[in-house]
Amino acid sequence: MAKKGIGDHGQGIGRREVLECMVWAGTGVLWTVSGGVPHSVGLIGDALAAEPAGFTFLQMSDSHIGFDKAANPDALGTLREAVAKVKAMPVKPAFIIHTGDITHLSKPAEFDNADKVFGETGVQIHYVPGEHDIIDEERGKAYLERYGKGSKGAGWYSYDDHGIHFIGLVNVVDLKGGGLGNLGAEQLAWLEADLKDKSASTPIVVFAHIPLQVIYKEWGWGTDDGTQALTLLKRFGSVTVLNGHIHQLAQKVEGNMTFHTALSTAFPQPAPGSAPSPGPMLVPADKLRTLLGLSTVTVAQGNKPLAIIDKTLAG
Amino acid sequence: MLLTAPWSFALLLGPVIGALLAFGAVAAQDATNVITIDNFTFSPKELTVAVGTTIKWVNHDDIPHTVVEKQTTFRSRLLDTDDAYSYTFTSAGAFDYFCGLHPHMVGQIIAK
Repeated sequence: MAKKGIGDHGQGIGRREVLECMVWAGTGVLWTVSGGVPHSVGLIGDALAAEPAGFTFLQMSDSHIGFDKAANPDALGTLREAVAKVKAMPVKPAFIIHTGDITHLSKPAEFDNADKVFGETGVQIHYVPGEHDIIDEERGKAYLERYGKGSKGAGWYSYDDHGIHFIGLVNVVDLKGGGLGNLGAEQLAWLEADLKDKSASTPIVVFAHIPLQVIYKEWGWGTDDGTQALTLLKRFGSVTVLNGHIHQLAQKVEGNMTFHTALSTAFPQPAPGSAPSPGPMLVPADKLRTLLGLSTVTVAQGNKPLAIIDKTLAG
Repeated sequence: MLLTAPWSFALLLGPVIGALLAFGAVAAQDATNVITIDNFTFSPKELTVAVGTTIKWVNHDDIPHTVVEKQTTFRSRLLDTDDAYSYTFTSAGAFDYFCGLHPHMVGQIIAK
């Protein structure tokens, strides 16, 4: 795997909006890396002024409440910082989508603490579980008891808002040895039925914890039967896929589909293949908040793609 | 066609300190019966033991893992950092296992 070096920007992520291309090939997939300013990193879709038209929702992810190791001894504290940013937004988001790993060990106190802090946003939150949310003794019951109302199976569901059809999928259950994420036949059948009567002009937002497309197989960053879900979505004019799990930004636009993974509010993870494993990445304390954050997703009037702006906790 | 467009990742700037791994002392134990979990890897990945042997898995990662046998012959509780799980192999056979949270982590025990 060949890799070009990244120049030292001197001031790090902080001062200029810079687009760097770092292209390398791995398993036949090319991707690019871009850097940006602390307030908006990786802008895709239409550039927007500070006061967006249309409605806005947030994507937050991987809060890992209960995590207390070196990479960030205070995951609840950094979540509070993220929530403070939500409360300070001039335009209140319509709701928040959380793409999973709310807690670190599925403990009741962790769910309680997460609920308390997220509650301070004053905004409704739509959750999907991460693999860290279903490791209670009853393997998922704790999550469903809190967030499973109106959902099917391990917690999948859909809802409509502002003319957009939102679909929450669960791809962290019934994982097979040597495999990646898994949606399963029952959920795929439900998805097919859910989409059946929707016209192709209905904008769709799909969210799930693990990336639905394979980003890095060696680290489990993908979903074995994700392609089946994407095939069902292919006929729609606007599809946005929101994922978490990898604790870093990754984005791609492919025809009518926009893929976006969010930052964690707890700890960063290394870029694919740049470390021995995808575990928590320890960085200097003054850099941590440049690698944690949340995303605003704005739906403009008309048939434009959704605009996603990523904000870090730094500044 | 769905897999051809390039991905963009956020640039990781600044010095990165690799995660420090704390290795537990294994000198006092019979090393052949201990499987360590480091960097999302079971080591040794394949192990052959005599029937009746107890194997102990120890997690040294900063992330929890589990040990799950494919046919659910055995399944550990959740193992956080420095937690351990032991299983005694009372029958012969090949036992494929994986981590329930990170299924790309696999290993095999052969008991004979």
